[in-house]
Amino acid sequence: MRYLPLSDTDRQDMLAAIGARSIDELFADIPADKLMRALPDLPRRKSELEVERILSRMAGKNVPASAAPFFVGAGAYKHHVPATVDHLIQRSEFLTSYTPYQPEIAQGTLQYLFEFQTQVAALTGMEVANASMYDGSTACGEAVLMAHRVTKRRKAVLSGGLHPHYADVVRTLSKMAGDEVVTLAPDVTASEDLLAAVDSGVSCVVVQTPDVFGNLRDLRKLSEKCRETGALLIAVFTEVVSLGLVTPPGAMGADIVVGEGQSIGNALNFGGPYVGLFAAKQKYVRQMPGRLCGETVDADGTRGFVLTLSTREQHIRRDKATSNICTNSGLCALAFTIHMTLLGQEGLARLARINHANAVKLADMLSGVKGVEVLNGAFFNEFTLRLSRPAAAVVERLAEQGVMAGVPVSRLLPKAGLDDLLIVANTEINTDEDRAALVAALKGVL
Amino acid sequence: MLNRQGRPTAPGAAAAAGPSTFTGNKALQQEEPLLFEIGRYDVTGVDLDEPEAFAPRLGGLERTDGIGLPGLSEPETMRHFVRLSQKNYGIDTGLFPLGSCTMKHNPRLNERMARLPGFADVHPLQPVSTVQGALELMNELGRWLRELTGMTAVALSPKAGAHGELCGMMAIKAAIEAKGEGATRRTVLVPDSAHGTNPATAALIQFDVKPVPVREDGTVDPEVVRALAGPDTAAIMLTNPNTCGLFEKDVVAIAEAVHAAGGYFYCDGANYNAIVGKARPGDLGVDAMHINLHKTFSTPHGGGGPGSGPVVLSERLAAFAPVPFVRMDGAGFDLVEDEEGTDAFGRITAFHGQMGMYVRALSYMLSHGADGCRQASEDAVLNANYVRARLADLMSLPFGNRACMHEVLFDDAWLKDTGVTTLDFAKAMIDEGYHPMTVYFPLVVHGAMLIEPTESESRASLDLFIATLRDLALAAKRGDAERFTGAPYHAPRRRLDETRAARTPVLRWTPPAPIRDAAE
Amino acid sequence: MAETRYTKDHEYIRIEGDTAVVGITDYAQSQLGDVVFVELPEIGKSVGKGDEAAVVESVKAASEVYAPVSGEVTAVNSALEASPGTVNEDPLGSGWFVKLRISDASELSGLMSEDEYKAFVSTLS
Repeated sequence: MRYLPLSDTDRQDMLAAIGARSIDELFADIPADKLMRALPDLPRRKSELEVERILSRMAGKNVPASAAPFFVGAGAYKHHVPATVDHLIQRSEFLTSYTPYQPEIAQGTLQYLFEFQTQVAALTGMEVANASMYDGSTACGEAVLMAHRVTKRRKAVLSGGLHPHYADVVRTLSKMAGDEVVTLAPDVTASEDLLAAVDSGVSCVVVQTPDVFGNLRDLRKLSEKCRETGALLIAVFTEVVSLGLVTPPGAMGADIVVGEGQSIGNALNFGGPYVGLFAAKQKYVRQMPGRLCGETVDADGTRGFVLTLSTREQHIRRDKATSNICTNSGLCALAFTIHMTLLGQEGLARLARINHANAVKLADMLSGVKGVEVLNGAFFNEFTLRLSRPAAAVVERLAEQGVMAGVPVSRLLPKAGLDDLLIVANTEINTDEDRAALVAALKGVL
Repeated sequence: MLNRQGRPTAPGAAAAAGPSTFTGNKALQQEEPLLFEIGRYDVTGVDLDEPEAFAPRLGGLERTDGIGLPGLSEPETMRHFVRLSQKNYGIDTGLFPLGSCTMKHNPRLNERMARLPGFADVHPLQPVSTVQGALELMNELGRWLRELTGMTAVALSPKAGAHGELCGMMAIKAAIEAKGEGATRRTVLVPDSAHGTNPATAALIQFDVKPVPVREDGTVDPEVVRALAGPDTAAIMLTNPNTCGLFEKDVVAIAEAVHAAGGYFYCDGANYNAIVGKARPGDLGVDAMHINLHKTFSTPHGGGGPGSGPVVLSERLAAFAPVPFVRMDGAGFDLVEDEEGTDAFGRITAFHGQMGMYVRALSYMLSHGADGCRQASEDAVLNANYVRARLADLMSLPFGNRACMHEVLFDDAWLKDTGVTTLDFAKAMIDEGYHPMTVYFPLVVHGAMLIEPTESESRASLDLFIATLRDLALAAKRGDAERFTGAPYHAPRRRLDETRAARTPVLRWTPPAPIRDAAE
Repeated sequence: MAETRYTKDHEYIRIEGDTAVVGITDYAQSQLGDVVFVELPEIGKSVGKGDEAAVVESVKAASEVYAPVSGEVTAVNSALEASPGTVNEDPLGSGWFVKLRISDASELSGLMSEDEYKAFVSTLS
């Protein structure tokens, strides 16, 4: 077997050195009647070529985003990732290293985490950020738990513009932890009255901008209300590229900002692995979940980096930890950092302008299509359409024609009576030809 | 014309320790500033054309603060991150015996497969009809995991091991509540040797944690469990093989004791890699177990993630698995994303989990096959025992010189009166070119050193590792403390001041104050 | 000289009239290592004997500081927030944590004297 260096001679010699007659002597603690005699009922080993054939055949049954005019978003976005990024994250020393528990031989990981934290804090307009979470949705769940710790209240209010999967994650976690959640009705046009839902019993308000329907939201009035009532404002985003162009949540008074970082550096990957971004005000740093990297010096006085404030974490606090999280999303955070380094603020702002310009162009084109209504006032690179027919069926029809039109709201909110709504994303990957194809295809089915 | 000008070609006297360098660099070992210190605000390494003039629709929410992040050109970016990478130790660098973390070889075939556009470039919400191959892969991975573990169902979506624990314990909580026992079954038994994630997970969803003392031989006594279990018992969270590197030989009796009390058996599967193809958790009474794909099935650790922690479930818990899950639907596959109409306890992440890790894990399983998976477990156990047998005379084994599973646990009794601590010993290993073993875990032994060589090491590699540890051990006993207490001497950094980092946390770079301000 | 009593969890309590000064012992600070953070209660908080009164953290460990007796918190040593290392340097003096107004002096009798505590520590490690 190509991954196993021991030969049968090695195995015999080593057993002799140990003083064991057979390998099963080393497994003697497994009850004899539970030790498997036969192999599991699964295929035998395969060559690299055979494995490639099998998996390529499966991959071939999927339609990749690059193979069609592609407008699918709603929490994950197709962007162009420079070749440099994928090359660098496959460097052995990044790919095959572990959590930097021995900082003297993990400065590479630690320094990029420090750079990542700095980038995330700057993008979100916050004071501190952690070294990443699993993804945006789990970061959102953790943010709610953190708000409960800070405020010592246990009731979260979720905006109707929050991604329904994120809301589900918060509700599941809260149900299990015995905490209260109030979810506002789906808010397609960003017109809900969140202020009315906030009172002195509320721990936190969770609002997404751009929201799941694409609307940009001004959080300033809400943050004032939160400050008055002692609740924390948790701002969520799923499209991090928007922060290149749009006022960051930190500048609008958010206490905790969480979001999905996939758009920068990471492929679609059918939903994962992604990278959760988590930032907060400095004063809450000891209540933050996840790993933190900090600057220090070594015995010679040279600057270096270490994981720090780890007494918050499970391996020390055990049942009193701020979170049960152990892993972060290291390699995805590295991809984010590299791509963000290549962009710089100049590149990111321009990328964001291109996304917005493309979306505006598409919205204008679609407004002229019979049976299509664009519902958004302010948006970034995504908006919601009302169609004259159920969106799911339209999406299926268009997929058959080789156009990936977007996400029907009914896929995310099956029984909300919003079956005629379609969420359409438009990034830098979409060309004028793509937009024309979408418009033509929609005209054909509506 | 012949070159008649020769030059020295043997090292000669100049080979002695050299002077310090102007740059601080040491040849291939290059110092690298933070990217913010070398970047410029007007530089970008991505060529993008400014869009044609248009009327923005941002509703007055334009960003005006300038972000504050410098950029680097492509060659600078490449050099920056390559230099950083060279300050890291990976499995490809050398033996990485980090106990309980399973640092085994990461085949690059898996990376190639995960990057096939049909897997990497598909969106989680595109029509199900356009992702049939992705769902087939998830279904196939699930089949392998169920077959190997002898369990009924699998929830693939957990994003890491601790997330899998959370998922499994949520399923248990849901099952308890479905039986109307939610108010009374609130206690979770957790042995002292458990990973910290176990009590943290239980506490997170409002269970009370009751510690279970570990007996003299490093395992859990079923009589103790029987005495502690009662009508308040929700579950036991038992790691098997445990964190002392031992198979819980009374696991069946422990399972029976918990089941007899009406509780569930959660198995922490972090060490499942020792028994793949040798024993099935389903035959041992397990109700739920997470599998770290990044350990057992070799998806790379990537410097701390991303991981993936699918949970296998027994018949009793299968119905409570969270959404989404894949279902066979006539000729094709369907994805159940809405919990309504199911007993699913909810959803624990957006979308469908770590697809990129599923591909890598299945690629690894297919490569090994059932026979290779079993051989890998046997070799992992053989290698650990070989290390144990060859070091037992010098280092101390807290539970006696008996067979271990895939990792061997030493304590620091043998270092008594040497002036060398477990940490010092670990740091001296760095100078010898090894990543240290896991230290100070598990908490149940003093100054723990947990060595997991994995099946990826050749005999020659193990022999050199053993010889190195013997040399270090003899040096420690000889009183050569300096080799340890000042170590590492040869790493990119000497020992780092963690006290300072924690007392005055600096968690991000901030631009230096403008010099003009300082002068005023 | 003020009387000092000790607990098995390595807190000390020094009686000064009807108030008491609570901190952790020299043995406790040496076991924890460099203290990097101290979490103190609010003044006015009532604590029962054995309740968590404060938290002390080093880089690799964290520990609750339990109230040796019941009482009301009358003062906290907020200087520790800026310089937690004082707990290592002078645990029995300027490294104190909280002052309590004792509500039930009889609880003191269950605690160890200095000699008893020394004997207890010698049985550890």
